[in-house]
Amino acid sequence: MNLLEKLDAAAAARKSLLPNGVGAFGIPIEEVFSATEARIGDRRVLLFGTNNYLGLTFAPECIRAAHEAIDKEGTGTTGSRMANGSYFGHRALEREFADFYQCSSGIVFTTGYQANLGTISGLVGPGDTVLIDGDSHASIYDGCILSGADIIRFKHNDMVDMEKRLRRLGDRVESTLIIAEGIYSMLGDQAPLAEIVKLKNAYNCILLLDEAHSLGVLGKTGQGLVEKTGLLKEVDFITGTFSKSLCSIGGFCVSNHPQLEQLRYISHPYIFTASPSPATIASTRAALVLLSKGSDLRKQLWNNCTQLYSQLKETGYLLGPDPGPVISAILDTPQQALQVWQSLLEHNIYVNLILPPAAPEGKSLVRCSVNAAHTPEQIKYVGDTFAKLYKMISSRS
Amino acid sequence: MTESNYDEIMQLLCDRLSSLTNSDTQITPEMNMISQLSIDSIKLLNLIMEIEDTFDVSIPINALTDIQTVRELADLVHKIKSAS
Ligand SMILES: Cc1ncc(COP(=O)(O)O)c(C=O)c1O
Repeated sequence: MNLLEKLDAAAAARKSLLPNGVGAFGIPIEEVFSATEARIGDRRVLLFGTNNYLGLTFAPECIRAAHEAIDKEGTGTTGSRMANGSYFGHRALEREFADFYQCSSGIVFTTGYQANLGTISGLVGPGDTVLIDGDSHASIYDGCILSGADIIRFKHNDMVDMEKRLRRLGDRVESTLIIAEGIYSMLGDQAPLAEIVKLKNAYNCILLLDEAHSLGVLGKTGQGLVEKTGLLKEVDFITGTFSKSLCSIGGFCVSNHPQLEQLRYISHPYIFTASPSPATIASTRAALVLLSKGSDLRKQLWNNCTQLYSQLKETGYLLGPDPGPVISAILDTPQQALQVWQSLLEHNIYVNLILPPAAPEGKSLVRCSVNAAHTPEQIKYVGDTFAKLYKMISSRS
Repeated sequence: MTESNYDEIMQLLCDRLSSLTNSDTQITPEMNMISQLSIDSIKLLNLIMEIEDTFDVSIPINALTDIQTVRELADLVHKIKSAS
C-alpha cells in the first residue's frame, strides 16, 4: 500500500462508521451568537459541546483587552520567544500564573498541547521513565514519545495497578515522572490525587498534573484539583491550557522547582514555535482575573452540572462516575451513539460524538459539556430531549 | 531464561490475540498484528498491560514502535523478561 492508499483505507474505515452526510467531526459552525448558541447549517443550536466552562467567550473585559492589545502591538509576534523576544504580556502572564498557583516560576506555551509536549520532553529523556494514566490525553502521549523516555501506562485511576507498576520499576523510580489529569476529558472523572501523591512520595518520584479541564472548575479560586484537594504543594509541575475555561488559546506550566526555567533552553515545543499573539495573551490575562474571582461562575457552573448529570442519570443513561462539566453518556455501540448524537442535532442541540478508538475501552460516548452561561431552561431542554431519545434507543435494543 | 519460557510467552500471546480478534483465524508467529489481525493500538496497549502483569515485567510502550509480528512481540517480552 502506498502512502496515499493508506489514507484512503483510513477514510474508508471512517466512512463505515459514519453514514453519508453525517459530518460529526469538525462540524461547520457558521455563526456564533453567544457562549451557548450558534448556527450550524440553517439551525440555531444550543452549544453543549464546547469547553467554555465559565462561559467567558464573550466577556467584555477579555474582548476589550484583546482589542487594545491588537491596536498597541499588532496582530502577531511573528516569531518565537527565544529568537524574536518576549513581549511584556508574555512575561506578565507567566508571573500571574505563577502567583495564581503560589509557585516560583511559570512558563507560557503557544497551545495547551505544546505545554504538555514541552514540559514532558523537557523533564524526561531517553533512559528515564514516564508512568502515565491509560486514559491520558494525546498531548501527554505525544510528549512522552517526543521525550524518548520509556512509557509505562497504569490502568485508569487504579492506584493498586499504579503501585504495582511503580514497584516493578525498581531503581528506575528515581528518574520517573508520574503524569495524571485533574479531570479526564472523556468521562469527566477526577484523578485520585491524594493517593497518587502518597505513592509519589513513597517512591520518591516527580509528579505532573494536567489541569486542562479542571482549571476554573475545581477549587475555591479555580486552581483545579490541586486546590479542591488541598494538595497544591505536593504536585511538582502543573500544566494547563488557555483554550477551555480561559477562552483563548495557549498553555502553561508552573512549578516551585527552579529547574523549570531550564525548559526555555531545551524544550523544542517552547523554542521552535511562534509565541502567542498579543491579543491572545491580553484576553487570557483578563480571563485569568475573572476566573480567579469567579466563585459565582463556579457556583452557577456546578448547579448546571448537577442538574444535567442527575437528570440523565435518573433517565437511565450510564454516565461517568463523577458529576462535573464533562458529562458523557456511555452507549453500547457506535451506531447507537451516532443515532443519539444525530437526533440531538435534529433537536438543535450540539454535543460531541466520541467513537472508538478515541473513547476509552472501546466505548462510544455522547459527551456534553456544561457551562456557567447555560440557563436552567436550556439544561432542562437538553435533559428532556435525552429522555425522549432514551425511550427510542431502549425500545430498539 | 529457558526455551520453555519463550514457548510460554508465545502461547500466551497467541491465546490472547485469538480472543481479541474474535475469529477462528489460527494465529501464527509471523502474522502482522495490525494489518493481518486488525489489532488496534488501544487493544495492543491493553494487551501489553496484561503481559506485564503475567510476567511481572515493565514493557515500555515506546518499545513497540518496531514491533509488527507476533514473533517480534514475543522476542521483545522474552528479552525484557530475561534481563529482569
Ligand atoms: C487533558 C488535556 N490536555 C491538554 C489539552 C490540549 O490543550 P489545547 O487544546 O489548548 O492545545 C487538552 C485539550 O484538548 C486536554 O483535554
